[in-house]
Amino acid sequence: MSHSTNPAEFTPSGQLQLGVFFQGVNSGTVWKSAESGSQTDFESFRRIAQTAERGLFAAFFLGEGLRLREHLGRPHALDIAGRPDAQTALAALAAVTTHIGLVATQNTTYNDPADLAHRLSTLDLLSGGRAAWNIVTTDNAWTGANFRRGGYLDHAGRYTHAEAFVETAKRIWDAWDDGAIAASAAAARWSAEGAVRRVRHSGQHYSVDVTPRLPRSAQYRPVLFQAGDSPEGRDFAARQADVIFSAHPQLEDALEFRRDIVERTLRAGRGAQDVKIMPAGEFILAATPREALEKKAWVRSLQIGPQQAIAYLEQFWGRELQGYDPDGPLPDIDPVVDETSETRGSGFHGAKTSQLADQWRAEAKEKGLSIRQFVSAKTSRGDSTFTGSYTEVADRLAEYARTGAVDGFNISPWLIPSGLDDIVNHLVPELQERGVYPTEYAGSTLRKNLGLATPVRTAAGIEAEVEAGSVTARA
Amino acid sequence: MSNPPAKDVSLGHGLLLLDLDGAGSHPAAWRVSRTAPASVLGPEHLRGAVLAAESAGFHAATFSDPGLPDPDQPGPPGEPDPGHPGRDAAARLNALQRAAFAGPVTRSLALIPEVDTVYTEPFHISTQLASLDYVSGGRAGWLVAASPSAADAAAVGRDTVRGERLSREAADSIEVSRRLWDSWEDDAVIRDVPTGRYLDVDKLHYIDVENGSYSVKGPSIIPRPPQGQLPVLAPAGLLTPEAVAAGAADALLVSAPTPELLAAELAATRAGLAAGGSAPALIAELDVVLDSRGQAAAQRLAGLNRHTAWQSPRARFAGPAAELTELLTEVLARADGVRLHPAVLDTDLEELSRLVLPELRRRGLLAPTTADVTFREQLGLARPASRYAAITAGTAAPGAEN
Repeated sequence: MSHSTNPAEFTPSGQLQLGVFFQGVNSGTVWKSAESGSQTDFESFRRIAQTAERGLFAAFFLGEGLRLREHLGRPHALDIAGRPDAQTALAALAAVTTHIGLVATQNTTYNDPADLAHRLSTLDLLSGGRAAWNIVTTDNAWTGANFRRGGYLDHAGRYTHAEAFVETAKRIWDAWDDGAIAASAAAARWSAEGAVRRVRHSGQHYSVDVTPRLPRSAQYRPVLFQAGDSPEGRDFAARQADVIFSAHPQLEDALEFRRDIVERTLRAGRGAQDVKIMPAGEFILAATPREALEKKAWVRSLQIGPQQAIAYLEQFWGRELQGYDPDGPLPDIDPVVDETSETRGSGFHGAKTSQLADQWRAEAKEKGLSIRQFVSAKTSRGDSTFTGSYTEVADRLAEYARTGAVDGFNISPWLIPSGLDDIVNHLVPELQERGVYPTEYAGSTLRKNLGLATPVRTAAGIEAEVEAGSVTARA
Repeated sequence: MSNPPAKDVSLGHGLLLLDLDGAGSHPAAWRVSRTAPASVLGPEHLRGAVLAAESAGFHAATFSDPGLPDPDQPGPPGEPDPGHPGRDAAARLNALQRAAFAGPVTRSLALIPEVDTVYTEPFHISTQLASLDYVSGGRAGWLVAASPSAADAAAVGRDTVRGERLSREAADSIEVSRRLWDSWEDDAVIRDVPTGRYLDVDKLHYIDVENGSYSVKGPSIIPRPPQGQLPVLAPAGLLTPEAVAAGAADALLVSAPTPELLAAELAATRAGLAAGGSAPALIAELDVVLDSRGQAAAQRLAGLNRHTAWQSPRARFAGPAAELTELLTEVLARADGVRLHPAVLDTDLEELSRLVLPELRRRGLLAPTTADVTFREQLGLARPASRYAAITAGTAAPGAEN
């Protein structure tokens, strides 16, 4: 099989970037180790962000979930939960970092475009052009119970809504001309006449009428990340996003995903290089391959204990399974199928669960796996885990760079706050020696460090083109 | 407890708050600022401002968010272009993020963003303010606003709220935040390895607020903030006397048209509170223009007003530093603190720092500024138990209504 995409359309850069995803709510971060620190104290965030910056990481990510996850009708007790508001934490990190990108996951369903665009502009200005928005969407009325609007969006409508939201945000970010603000205090006016345009949008679910309050940043506007993997999610990313936070880390799969995204991006009228791809990755590294495997076994045992294994199945079975032996076979009873129930921040719902249970029982029986082994395999992000010695993993990653399968990886550390130390101390130098990783930041903005072009202005009625890297407006 | 103990100001408990709003509180401040107009929106200006406020000895910084200018309101009389878009600085950074940026930069300064309650989501605000408390190590406060602006309403596509409903929106939003801050008891994160439980779910609580306008389920998505409850500041008159009596606000900002009327207004507000039964701290509002570098304050003010008139509802002092010191001495005898709005941030802060704060401190009028002190501690407020913990334990804490 060919290890390249269509060379006529896409040229591998031969380089990788790294990002770090401080998850905050998940089962992948080990909290049972003595080395595991606070998930909410600012020092944990500062340490991870500053370590990442020492390792020349392009981006620091924070997630978002607008309702606490539940398990059988109560808050879920077994996983890490409780995290700060992404933009508030990132604004604080902007003060103690200088180059790393600051990526906030923010929901389009329970935010207002004018407010969210303004807050992201603020983060972008306070960080000197390092802000990014990881766009997520939900149709979940269960989440809506925390908001004025309540549930209002149907599943089919969520991308339509999200796209109108993102386009409105882009118009808000485009509303100020470059150089709109007076160059000196001697000017007659603070902003040039007509340099700021009013933005109006009237949609099915909301309307916006605002004169935006902030100018462009050093990187023009925040970088846009998107993670949707369905065909419509991919098309949405191809039209709107700068970076895809993908779920395809395995080399062959990643190459296929790249081909698909390049095609969709070209169809959307954009360039083949315009959308970067950074899959999520878990890295379990050591000096030798054998130590790395031992470490992996230890990490897995802490991630999925007996209680987590049973609770994981309970999410899908919809009933208590406390009587089942975690080291025995999967439950022989059938799931409780509730057609009307909604996801509670995890698992599936509806008739899917019955089929899933049959399928899983067959799979576990065939492979001879206990509940704990089965759940461990299901949740291990098996595909996205890179286990090995520093040199082994660096060799593997160099192949991704050579083929252009991805533009980098978003690392989810399994230990907070020391989880990046070995990556920065040992893996990064190996990658640098192989010539596939930066040896200094390309610039001070996230857009520059990711190798993204300056956006083309989209303000209504204004045609624009990119010439020699600068935006030229035609009247 | 939600009520501060009575204070004897002669022991030196006075608090000084400095409002940070761009180049200064005067709309024409950008014309005389030492910072270039666009740089006022950058990180270095903000870093410099909060560090200067902290080293000058201020106890707190407030971060204004005046909201969008209301196109329905007529411009000041005599203005050449009413509404004058673009004549003065129209740009504003989000106040809460400015405060968050200041968190790791400062050590003792309380950080108090102004956050609207009418056109915002109470759940988001609560989370953001709790997060601010984490990034500042317990130095966060909340200056409650209720925007009357039609432009703020139009920005989020909602009907304009006016009159008494503003007061209700503010009280409703405060109640949601206070309950969400209590919805995780302090020891909800247990990390119990033998049972595999990270959380004790008995210590998490659905708040189930339904207030007639909207409902909020909870619990919060962030553990209880370091202070338990952030101090809430509100302009006097925004909240109903009933809401104030019930402990909605920890401090009230008291304003009067002139410095002479301020004393009477403070006394009247204090008397009104005594009848109501709660005792929030009173903080007086004062605009300030000082003599500076050989230029008289009146001259400086006239120069600024020639460009744009300073339309402010607050009392204004314009004069030499020594006179301001006398005025503040009088005001601090009646108030728990004063919030100063410098006409031009760099110029007036320099004079305050050099001449006014040292003299007030020498006179024993100011509370100490201590690294890592929480804002509640500065206000003399105890750290309250979660109202839900009180229920669990079967003993209702004073001031907790359920």
